[in-house]
Amino acid sequence: MYTQGLDQKGQSDAKGDGLEAAADLAAFQKRVDAEEKIEAKDWMPEAYRRTLIRQISQHAHSEIIGMQPEGNWLTRAPSLKRKAILLAKIQDEAGHGLYLYSAAETLGVSRDEMVGDLLSGKAKYSSIFNYPTVTWADIGAIGWLVDGAAIMNQIPLCRCSYGPYSRAMVRICKEESFHQRQGYDILVELCKGTAEQKAMAQDALNRWWWPSLMMFGPSDKDSKHSAQSMAWKIKRFSNDELRQKFIDVTVPQAEFLGLKVPDDECVLDKKTGHYGHGEIDWQEFIEVIKGNGPCNKQRLAKRRKAHDDGAWVREAAGAYAEKRAAKAA
Amino acid sequence: MNADQALLAYVSRLGDNALILGQRMVELVAAYPELEEELANANFALDFIGQARMFYTYAGEIEGNGRGEDDFAFLRDENEFRNFLLIEQPNGHFGDSITKLVLFESFYLLQLEALTKCADTRIAEISARAEKEIRYHLRHNTQWFLRLGDGTEESHQRVQGSLDNLWPYTGEMFAADEIDGIFAEFFDGPHLEAIHAQWMTNVELIISQATLDMPEDQWMASGGKQGRHSEHLGFMIAEMQYLQRTHPGATW
Repeated sequence: MYTQGLDQKGQSDAKGDGLEAAADLAAFQKRVDAEEKIEAKDWMPEAYRRTLIRQISQHAHSEIIGMQPEGNWLTRAPSLKRKAILLAKIQDEAGHGLYLYSAAETLGVSRDEMVGDLLSGKAKYSSIFNYPTVTWADIGAIGWLVDGAAIMNQIPLCRCSYGPYSRAMVRICKEESFHQRQGYDILVELCKGTAEQKAMAQDALNRWWWPSLMMFGPSDKDSKHSAQSMAWKIKRFSNDELRQKFIDVTVPQAEFLGLKVPDDECVLDKKTGHYGHGEIDWQEFIEVIKGNGPCNKQRLAKRRKAHDDGAWVREAAGAYAEKRAAKAA
Repeated sequence: MNADQALLAYVSRLGDNALILGQRMVELVAAYPELEEELANANFALDFIGQARMFYTYAGEIEGNGRGEDDFAFLRDENEFRNFLLIEQPNGHFGDSITKLVLFESFYLLQLEALTKCADTRIAEISARAEKEIRYHLRHNTQWFLRLGDGTEESHQRVQGSLDNLWPYTGEMFAADEIDGIFAEFFDGPHLEAIHAQWMTNVELIISQATLDMPEDQWMASGGKQGRHSEHLGFMIAEMQYLQRTHPGATW
């Protein structure tokens, strides 16, 4: 579903180990500058590899954890059609997780290691999924806003210099665009409905608006680490550029629904053609990333329980495969 | 009961089995042991919900009172659902889910095969589509049943427990009532005795390949097909129907 200001941490990675030959680095950069795709077996700077592993695996984890807040409404979806659509969407998220783990594996890390880092709390995932889905309208808001923000982030990743990631993103973006439409469609229906349904939609927008803006990561003035990712063509636009693009696209959609974005400063500047926005509560963002969001513990606990409950199943599958192999030998 | 009433009851029962099982599987989303199985579970649940929608839509048309798929799913009470007791049993562990699916789908596949040849064209068409889906599910789930049965000592014990616990709910699938009788007679529907014999042969083979013991002949639970359910169904339905019941008449 989403990637977030993932280039913020691990700046030291970008320095590399200093042992890489200057000539190799120059040749690599030349290929990147020429918009050639870097493939799994090609030489690449160690820091490039590490940056990608971190970014792709965090993206994969976000897909997997993101299944939980949406799954929270699957059993209560209000019609069979909505239930089927939501289930298909969540299945897509699992599929995205799978391709992304596979894309990261091409860089020499195993899925077990990545999952281990998620379960231990070492790896991060998108902080948006640490907010609760308390009404059905939240499912609409996630599709519209969260997937919408994800698409803004991810469309440029389709042109990412690393081939396996960029190809995975092409497919993922197609599906995300469908997800966004389904979310918006839920809200269209609610806003055409009863007063209670419309109030549910406004309440969801009130709660999801600011966390969605935070998905683009810290403001450019506080995000000093993008330069290397930009040079490597992993990242193509700054956090603030993408956030602004999202706001400009989304505010008219809210108006169409008859809903109000919960920010009095969000007005159109006719000169620039852009909507403004109030100060984002970065302290909240930091707290949620640190593990103090409303659902951080719950999300990880559920993932760990699923993993632990499956231990005997994985052991059985391994034992069975060994027995088959022994019989075949 | 006349033939049209039996047809309606038969079709809505098919819908109930598909929906209640699909809903149980939906409860497991985001809790599977492996990502690949997460995808399989969601995919299979989607098939069941799709089948329920087709059967309920048809049931509404037969009834002719303007009820659609959601009226059947969300606005009927527990005793109006006529699914098997086997299907409404709580999820338990992974081995319970797999065993439940193997036991039910081994029956359902035979039922669907017979229904593709029945005299009601619409049921035959829906069944032809569903049969392809269930054939694949059963292949996948049987592979897991074998892995668990013939895996480790622990998995063997666990899945033997699943089999023993769920077995008393299998008899109901083959206990023909008036609806099954009329449907067989007037619509060339499945003969449950023949299906039972074939099911037993197939299931015995799978159980033996999984190195598990066949449960002994025993008392069998019944009532689901007549709307007399275990305590588990009420909670599931309350959860499923909550929004429709809280906001009567709203569209979603």
